[in-house]
Amino acid sequence: MLETRELILNMGPQHPSTHGVLRLVLKLEGETIVGTDVVIGYLHRGSEKIAENLPYFEFVPYTDRLDYTAALSSNLGYVMAVEKISSIRPPERAEYVRVILTEFQRIAAHLVWLATHALDLGAMSVFLYCFREREAILDLFEMVTGARLTINFFRIGGVPADLPPQFFARSWEFVETFPDRIKEYEALLTRNKIWLKRTRNVAVISAEDAIDLGLTGPSLRGSGVSFDVRRAEPYSIYERLQFDIPIGEKGDVFDRYMVRMEEMRQSLRIIRQCLEQIPEGDLLSRVPRKLKPAPGEVYVRIEAPKGELGFYIVSDGSEKPYRLKIRGPSFVNLQSLPAMVQGGLVADVVAAIGSIDVVLGEVDR
Amino acid sequence: MDEKDREEKIKAAQEGAAKRAAAPKPAQEAAPAPDVETIPVVRRLRQSFPEAVREVTVPGKIPDELTVLISAEKIVEVCRFLKEDPELSFDYLADLTGVHYPDREECLEVVYHLYSMKRRERLRLKVRVREEEAVESVSSVWRTANWHEREAYDLVGVRFRNHPDLRRILLPEEWEGHPLRKEYPVEGKGEGLRYVAHVLRDPERAFREFEEHQASKKSQEVPQEEGE
Repeated sequence: MLETRELILNMGPQHPSTHGVLRLVLKLEGETIVGTDVVIGYLHRGSEKIAENLPYFEFVPYTDRLDYTAALSSNLGYVMAVEKISSIRPPERAEYVRVILTEFQRIAAHLVWLATHALDLGAMSVFLYCFREREAILDLFEMVTGARLTINFFRIGGVPADLPPQFFARSWEFVETFPDRIKEYEALLTRNKIWLKRTRNVAVISAEDAIDLGLTGPSLRGSGVSFDVRRAEPYSIYERLQFDIPIGEKGDVFDRYMVRMEEMRQSLRIIRQCLEQIPEGDLLSRVPRKLKPAPGEVYVRIEAPKGELGFYIVSDGSEKPYRLKIRGPSFVNLQSLPAMVQGGLVADVVAAIGSIDVVLGEVDR
Repeated sequence: MDEKDREEKIKAAQEGAAKRAAAPKPAQEAAPAPDVETIPVVRRLRQSFPEAVREVTVPGKIPDELTVLISAEKIVEVCRFLKEDPELSFDYLADLTGVHYPDREECLEVVYHLYSMKRRERLRLKVRVREEEAVESVSSVWRTANWHEREAYDLVGVRFRNHPDLRRILLPEEWEGHPLRKEYPVEGKGEGLRYVAHVLRDPERAFREFEEHQASKKSQEVPQEEGE
């Protein structure tokens, strides 16, 4: 007699498609997934505890290591939270420098996503193309900051250094040429039959479920919800910038892919406006050498490449935060994975993980 | 002569200090605190749950940081009301976390950050409980609360009642204590350090022990291995 029974399949923590140390325990019936348990914490470094024991200034480098494909976005969220609780306003020029760099960072992060996502689904050449362009952005970062990955560039009260003169020429060059590069990626994927089969109607999540599960960023917008922190609660100078918020319809892997592709174009649009409008002026406001914000609480959020990145700071009036909570978008987005892959196939799990774009440094903190 | 001079100087200094102390301090440029009671959400909450709203504040008088302290036993009802009322519709729980205040009698605080996608408004809720008390889980209201509450349990040690799956999430299941408690040392309780010291003192022995440990693990044939 043949009999069927549930099979438990362990995926990760060392699995090439889990983008780091993510472990999934899949419950299978045949090839169909009937249950998923997500096991995380392999990269937990206690960032929040470290923050409680460091002066506000000294925690900035640690934020680089949250989402290490988008270090500047984490920098920005943290320094903005500290600035809000201590009522510091960065100078105008610094705001522009920040926005230019973080939008470049968004493109770089999306390129890493596209490269690895396509690689997971079997498209090797896209990987090589994406990293070629990412290299150009990292060169720009190196020109300004001296670092490429863990950049640690933003300071409480502004930025420490100006953009060098040759930065503008190189940025314009990138802004002019990159749209053609996106066309190249799209030529390889968007109408590719294999790509469509692997992504269309795979890992679908409805708008209601997505909000209920706390999804944010491109993964939420793929389900058709037009929520972007840059528009909903404009921070920095986003209020005066023109950009669209692309949204999907169905909420499948393909929609999330299309949303991110369009987001790269919109980031270019933002960078172009900033390069044109950037005013002359100071880069760093006056900040006390010992920063002791008055007792109070803030929750500051920004639109990081992965979604809503929030910093909740409780100050007790000393020079260290009493409590710092990091609301990493990857952590919350990952929670929706079981709902997405329920009833799907094992191969779809790989597509789903890629499509919500998690970085484990931010999940485990 | 010298002494007289000194006395005079001291006197003058004292007078100066007294004058400075008496002079009116420059007025604090605090913006007039907006009357929190007139905010629609607060009014609705006061109307519907007069006994559950303990305190309405704006901590540090920082804009957009409206905070409502709710009695712990009412938190699920309040959250459901805030989510389902069509005029409020706080459909998205952005964040949930715990904070430890060892000096207070109600030493654990749970903080909820709510947001309404439709009305683009945010709200912070808080509940406070004693060490031995549990907080009702809001994962039946927003499914996203599930992992947030697991994290608050894991790191701060807040216990949640009626949670579907209250396990540790970031730390291993056999971990002792909750690292974000204020009394927990930042360098840990020394397990890791002791191990490193042991390896440095006698690397060969440490390696031998590791091999033996691996061998014993293999012989036990554990189907699902635990993370290191």
